[in-house]
Amino acid sequence: MKVLIMGCGRVGGRLAGLLDADGHEVTILDTDSFSFRRLSPEFNGTALVGNGTDAEVLKRAQIEEADVFVAMTQGDNRNVMACQIAQHIFNVPRVICRIYDPLRQELYASMGLESISPTTVFAEMFREKIVG
Amino acid sequence: MYIIVVGGGRVGYYLTKALLDEGHEVLLVEKNATICDTIIDEMGSICINGDGCEAVTLEEIGTGRADMLVAVTGDDEDNLVACQVAKYKFNVPRTISRVRNPRNETLFKKLGVDVAVSSTNIILEHIEEEVPTHPLTHLLAIEDSGHEIVEVKIPPEAATIGKSVRELSLPPATKLALVIRKKGRYRVPTLNTIIKAEDRIIAITTPESEEDLRYTLRGT
Repeated sequence: MKVLIMGCGRVGGRLAGLLDADGHEVTILDTDSFSFRRLSPEFNGTALVGNGTDAEVLKRAQIEEADVFVAMTQGDNRNVMACQIAQHIFNVPRVICRIYDPLRQELYASMGLESISPTTVFAEMFREKIVG
Repeated sequence: MYIIVVGGGRVGYYLTKALLDEGHEVLLVEKNATICDTIIDEMGSICINGDGCEAVTLEEIGTGRADMLVAVTGDDEDNLVACQVAKYKFNVPRTISRVRNPRNETLFKKLGVDVAVSSTNIILEHIEEEVPTHPLTHLLAIEDSGHEIVEVKIPPEAATIGKSVRELSLPPATKLALVIRKKGRYRVPTLNTIIKAEDRIIAITTPESEEDLRYTLRGT
């Protein structure tokens, strides 16, 4: 699969490494090239500097050929905007969005955007740990 | 009207002031507490400190009964989300967003924002109008149809002068609507109309065809 990841933070960088090791074709975008230090030395994919909320940059990252687009930056709104560009402008078959704010995540999920709120997921996980 | 303004920067500040002067009920949402306090000191308690993209904040300020939400922060993504939350969660009838990147104007409209205003595009349009040598001026975008009305000026040295409209191969989805001649005389062009120097031709076209249209009419 061709996967385009926006945001090379801890999670984005790690996800890129995992998918790359699985043999997928990975491109990762970040506005700061310093973020690419998080990629493992074995990473064979492409790392590109650029802002994923700009359609031109996404085009340069070959979004048109991507099977999956994942938005993993720190900003909920940036992620939401980039995902909607991927979904509605470039018709990427699968788009997954990280949205920290649970209410915003619910809203965009109801609008047809596949999204995950780490806040909700982790809170529930920790509750499980604590009360079994 | 009850109007919510998101973003208390320079645009938001003057916009709020103008809307208040017009007698509207206005509430400004600003993230920065210091800016918020300054505005309250000056204009009274019309500013709330909070994030205008957050449903909780918008709930608190009664967005459900708002007639309009205007998002004018400096970040396009924040403006987009504020408008979408207002529109899809609170059913605000009209949402207006400022866009910094001119390309986002069409994108935002596609994503449900009623009006997207790009200051860059507005300034650019004015420059086009003011600079007489500009070969193609955008006069109007026809909403939803993807068409636009443009004006092409024929320079004295254009290769097309003396040719009839029939001889020109116009790009797809393009129609010549009006030819304006000296002294403000105008006519609706037919296939036999001859292109003359200094003609101003009003045409309906699409953004994709405008370069071709300019070339067809001016020869450059």
